[in-house]
Amino acid sequence: MSESKKNLTQSEKINLAGSKAKGQRPYFLADKQTEQALSVAMTLAMELSVTKERLASLECMLVDKGLIEKGQLDHYQPSKEEVAKRSLETQAYLARVLRMMQQDKEELENNDPDMQTVQDELTKW
Amino acid sequence: MSDTNALPSWDVLTKHDVFPAASHDEVARLNFLTHLNVHLSSQILPGVRTAFDKQVKPEIIAQTGKSPTSRHEVRKHMLNNGYFQMWSALRRNTMEMRHQAARAQVLGQIDDIVDKVNKACENDANIQLDSSVGIPPNVGSVDIHCQPGCYYQEYFEDDVTVAASYDVGLFVTTAGLLGALSDGGGQGIANWLKTQHPDFSPKRILDIGCTVGHNALPLAEHFPDAQVVAVDVARPSLRYAHARAKSLGVNNIQFVQANAEDLSQYDDGSFDLITTSMFLHELSHQSMPKILKNIQRLLADGGLNLHLEQPQYAGMDVYQQFIRDWDTYFNNEPYWGPMHELDLPKVFTECGFDSNDLFDVGVVSKVDEKIFGKPKTDGEDYGRSPVWNALGLWKGQHAKKSENAA
Repeated sequence: MSESKKNLTQSEKINLAGSKAKGQRPYFLADKQTEQALSVAMTLAMELSVTKERLASLECMLVDKGLIEKGQLDHYQPSKEEVAKRSLETQAYLARVLRMMQQDKEELENNDPDMQTVQDELTKW
Repeated sequence: MSDTNALPSWDVLTKHDVFPAASHDEVARLNFLTHLNVHLSSQILPGVRTAFDKQVKPEIIAQTGKSPTSRHEVRKHMLNNGYFQMWSALRRNTMEMRHQAARAQVLGQIDDIVDKVNKACENDANIQLDSSVGIPPNVGSVDIHCQPGCYYQEYFEDDVTVAASYDVGLFVTTAGLLGALSDGGGQGIANWLKTQHPDFSPKRILDIGCTVGHNALPLAEHFPDAQVVAVDVARPSLRYAHARAKSLGVNNIQFVQANAEDLSQYDDGSFDLITTSMFLHELSHQSMPKILKNIQRLLADGGLNLHLEQPQYAGMDVYQQFIRDWDTYFNNEPYWGPMHELDLPKVFTECGFDSNDLFDVGVVSKVDEKIFGKPKTDGEDYGRSPVWNALGLWKGQHAKKSENAA
């Protein structure tokens, strides 16, 4: 039931916003974690869409204020140095996004031992 | 709007005084989710039918030697189909994202909204609360349509988070086809009465299961001399509804906290028009007859009773039944399926109505087409379309069976 007066903290509000609806949650995909990853991906897709809109709004405001011309951004040519900087940033970005594949590859290459094996080794008298 | 394919922005909704404000990014989030819903229903859902026709149905025939005969048999097999699994996972998740987005938006300004609602409710006879009214099992067993807190939970004293979130989110699931005040159902009824029964002039109107009052308002506005009583069990929804109506200048509605299974405070024949909108599917086999008997008692001779719902399953092929039944199992609408397979005229007759008084009529959401476009008839988002099937009756009037849609 209700508590007295408005006394929700910011973190309580963040948690409440994402409350689960009462009633068992169905999972459709063969693997529950895959479905949870899908949910994460869809939220990121939404946030990307929100960011694109925000940039579009920013562009409109710059045009309205006469700081750039309509369409100018689409024809913006970054300098050679800027292109190189962005290329490195893009490489770093992709490496971050696909870190798991990189690490899986390294593990395949290195035949890493599992923790129990190592522990067994380390605890031999 | 120049491009007929473009969807309206959430921002075109009418901003009544207690309507939650939205920042740039909050609007963008709601618009993204609206587009996602439309994409899922228009671009991906048709593939579920194809998966059924080309993969699942042949599998069923191979296994059993015959076509599936029930929606339950179809569901059992479809749950193993990858395309259906993915569409379902996306649809369920989109609903959850809607609620999260709306609740985050509302909670960010909840103190202001509660202050406005409290002010509107102070010493006002148009809001009648009754703390003895409990939450019946059909409302309280699960959070209906995955809305955390359903219509009734209060997170602190006088909280209205769930009601304000509902008001915010309706647009997202219906892609704006309910109009600027999400009142397309009520507008549809008012429009039908205006065009088909222009002489009907009810003095007292009862709207049952009113939630935030969105469908009661068009009736109150269409009949400004009528006294409207809107009942619900959910305290926060009623308080928000009252503040919402008041801010929109509609003062002939009394919002009353009551369970429609017990409306003993009202006299026999004391209402000329009794409506429900998307309400019957949130009941139970126990509550529906009690409520219908009350309606039978409360409705005046010659009065009109109208229930807005999605169409019943009878006569539909098993795939149609199955896909319309999705919400029953996967969107916390446990009574959706059982209600849609009822022989409603039989139930009404058992509750004391004369079967000769009953009629069916199509009712279409009535919205400003300049802003929202025409209701679409293709790419239906099953169970959420703004085109309803109204079951109605004129008490003691017989022979009204062939009603015309507006």
